Amino acid sequence: MKTLLLYKNRNFDMNQELPWNEQILVQDLGLNIVIDAMAQGDEFLYDVAYKVILTSLNDVDEITYRQNILKDCLKHPSIIRSIYDIAVETLENEKKNFWSIFSSYPSSILHSSIELMYMYIDMLIKLRKIAEENIDNFESEGFRSLFSMIQKELNDEYIETVKAHLKELKFENGVLISAELGKGNKGINYILRRPNEIKQSLLGKLFSKKATAFTSYIPDRDESDMKALSELKDRGINLAANALAQSADHINGFFKMLKTELAFYVGCINLYEELVKIGEHICFPVPLYADERKHSFVGLYDISLSLTMKKRVVSNDLNADRKDLFVITGANQGGKTTFLRSIGLAQLMMQSGMFVAAEKFSSNICIGLFTHFKREEDDEMNSGKLDEELSRMSDIVDNIKQNSMILFNESFAATNEREGSEISRQIISALLEVKVKIFFVTHLYELSRSLYDKKMDDAIFLRAERKPNGERSFKLVEGEPLKTSYGEDLYKKIFKK
Amino acid sequence: MAFQSILFLNADDIVNIDLLNEPVFFKDLNIDQIVDTITFGRNEYNLKPFFYKSPNDIETIKYRQEIMRDLENNELFKCIKSFSEKFQHMREDLKQANKLYYKYQKERWFLDAVDIYCDAVVSLANDLTHIDLNSTGFVEFREYILNYVKSDSFISLNIATKKLEEDLSSVKYSILIRGNSIKVGKYDSEVNYSHIVEETFKKFKEGEVKDYRKKFSDYDDMNHVEAKILDLVAQLYKEIFDALDDFCIKNTDYVDKTIGTFEREIQFYMSYLEFISKFKDMGLKFCYPKVDSASKEVFDYGCFDLALANKLISNKSTVVTNDFYLSGKERIFVVSGPNQGGKTTFARTFGQVHYFASIGCPIPGYKAQLFLYDNIFTHFEREENVNDLHGKLEDELIRIYDILSKATSNSIVILNEIFTSTTLKDAIFLSKRVMDRIIDLDLLCVWVTFIDELSVYSEKTVSVVNTVVPDNPSLRTYKVIRKPADGLSYAITIAEKYRLTYEHIKERVKG
Repeated sequence: MKTLLLYKNRNFDMNQELPWNEQILVQDLGLNIVIDAMAQGDEFLYDVAYKVILTSLNDVDEITYRQNILKDCLKHPSIIRSIYDIAVETLENEKKNFWSIFSSYPSSILHSSIELMYMYIDMLIKLRKIAEENIDNFESEGFRSLFSMIQKELNDEYIETVKAHLKELKFENGVLISAELGKGNKGINYILRRPNEIKQSLLGKLFSKKATAFTSYIPDRDESDMKALSELKDRGINLAANALAQSADHINGFFKMLKTELAFYVGCINLYEELVKIGEHICFPVPLYADERKHSFVGLYDISLSLTMKKRVVSNDLNADRKDLFVITGANQGGKTTFLRSIGLAQLMMQSGMFVAAEKFSSNICIGLFTHFKREEDDEMNSGKLDEELSRMSDIVDNIKQNSMILFNESFAATNEREGSEISRQIISALLEVKVKIFFVTHLYELSRSLYDKKMDDAIFLRAERKPNGERSFKLVEGEPLKTSYGEDLYKKIFKK
Repeated sequence: MAFQSILFLNADDIVNIDLLNEPVFFKDLNIDQIVDTITFGRNEYNLKPFFYKSPNDIETIKYRQEIMRDLENNELFKCIKSFSEKFQHMREDLKQANKLYYKYQKERWFLDAVDIYCDAVVSLANDLTHIDLNSTGFVEFREYILNYVKSDSFISLNIATKKLEEDLSSVKYSILIRGNSIKVGKYDSEVNYSHIVEETFKKFKEGEVKDYRKKFSDYDDMNHVEAKILDLVAQLYKEIFDALDDFCIKNTDYVDKTIGTFEREIQFYMSYLEFISKFKDMGLKFCYPKVDSASKEVFDYGCFDLALANKLISNKSTVVTNDFYLSGKERIFVVSGPNQGGKTTFARTFGQVHYFASIGCPIPGYKAQLFLYDNIFTHFEREENVNDLHGKLEDELIRIYDILSKATSNSIVILNEIFTSTTLKDAIFLSKRVMDRIIDLDLLCVWVTFIDELSVYSEKTVSVVNTVVPDNPSLRTYKVIRKPADGLSYAITIAEKYRLTYEHIKERVKG
């Protein structure tokens, strides 16, 4: 039994490897603020959201599969939460009440497993009830097949069979075991047997009248003999106990998976409700294949900034088809970093099947997202800083591939403009050759100018907007790089007072 | 003559053989180490006495060499090996039967042992009819074992054993445990309930989970409950168990004496061939020497020290072989040369090949003729004791006197660096006196010494020197060749002793 709420055909693996640059991504994009909003203080929700978002999907169908499930969730938040609660309650029950399954004796393993199974069966019945009530209200393939699987697999007939076995496994009429003679006439091949039905015979008689049988008794007081007797019994029930204990584990695994996969959607519901409070828009993005090139959106905003400010923030629009290089120049504090973040966050959220922070959004899937942001806190000498930057770049180059996306934020400025530009140019042109999509925020005029003068079809130049009176709108507009970055404006603003 | 022994022709040799002590020369020649290695893993056979006893008889040596040659046929070797593995297994079962407490358990172990015995004998007899045998020993043994397996007593033993084994393994029963009662009946096709349970719960399977199956320890002995159940089973299947009782009483002495002895004695050959196979794998040669009781013109080409080679092979180092021959009146090798250059090894090799030839074994070398000695006497310098110089010289003289008084003209004497604890003048004097006695006795002798004068002392002496690479005197070849002694070795020996050679000083001054 699989839940299949994150992938159509496989389980989500909480232990899977995250991309090597997960921490860098979280730091550069402010992702933790988004995940905090999803978790609402719950550690487990945080963990799951973190892992799901950072293990991006690279397939349009997989993304759509999740989007549809998420749409159902946003429509029926209370049902989703109550299923989630059943999973949580089941797992807590197990933890609180059934620790003795750690015993190594088959008889006690069997005993604990029987009790555990009764509890699981009750919870599964509850789950089935929700499934029965709601199957027609849900539209996504994921929920419909989960609900119908539960109905089919856990039908009344099966539940009755299970209960009958749980009763039989208590062996109220004794344990019947067959054996043969092995080395030195010791018993071997102990196999648990179900007693043959005996027609019209006396109660408790397990061997028919004709068959010979001999009986012996172990004195109750003889401890070592009683121990030997229960070991013999254990040999007989070993396999049955194992089967039952493993089934209990499997059911536990089912509830764990249900809890884990739903945790992601519960997180999404939480985030959605938060954004609704602030009054921000969301939309379900349209992912395109990785080898296409598109970045088109209306009202894209930095969700992490919005959540921090607890109010609506500036948004941007863009319509860029067949562009590989996005060069962003312009005023200081003009919203360039914010823009870069909103690009990165939207990409990650889209590729984890989530909604994104925009009114409309469509982009091609990227095979791996990379960020190379200037590290402000680095207070070393310039040469050391460039070393550090280049070493980070080298790590990226070890991992980057065709159709990856990389966001540069004022990179390679830790040297003079000519050298920084030359380094950047070489990196950029190499990455473009291997079909990497690049967003490059830079103050290096020589760089942006030379790129602009090349008049490349696949490049687009954006500039932080500055109104004629020197005020910033924090919006980006298309435009060629300008020589000054308006430091003069800043100077004036600060020294005005 | 009916088959007696695969190892001895003379019945006298076997008397009290297990009481023999290790010959005195074993330690000096490192033969004790070799025999330890050869017999390793075969303790149960107590093979060492076979190595302690040299038959001193050309006929016996030839008898053994033939058998050894037959066993070099891998097919024969393998079937003897499998035969003795079965016997080892059988003995373990018998040991177990003795250790155990419950009757039906003991009896079954005993029955298994007999079963293994019958199989071992039948298959060996069968194998031997298909293998080409050339040695008198094996041919006669084959005749013996073929007659044995055709004997009425063996045939009825074999049939009874097989029948009982079959009957017992067909026994199948059911145990009903309820409270403190155990009810045992014949198995009545009751269905496997574990399967049903596994099938019912199969649908929850998803990925790997913990294995909850308990691993039960399977001791050979039984607990009281198992014994009780076995008693009940014995009542259910009374005929079979009565037959088992009867079988055990009737067949206590089931192993044929001659076959039992063969199984022990053949290990002498097996162990030696197994031992030398690893040298053969490295490309070293072994041969069957001609052993002569008259001629002292001995030779062995391509020989080496087995104990040293054994160590070198485990360190993956190469083994250097040597040649030696004595012709005409030559009797005595005087070995000189730098230290640690293979002199002692040469002396040991000479003794070892004579010894192994004398017990009928193939020896290191590709071509050899050796002398049938009556005894080997050795005297190797012992650990030096600076405080007891006089005592040591005296001890040495007593020991050498003892050797020379016991030695006959058929003996071999091997001397290694004697009289080092006195002045050179004394040493030369004493050595010459000893040499006179050796020459008088016409002894075969190897004498490792730093006294060059000895090498040209008589027409019976042959000077051999261990060689060095001419351009680099510190590199030893470990080759010992016929060559006049050059007089350098003593000085170098002393210098080395005090670590004052060029290399040494350089090394020491550096540190």
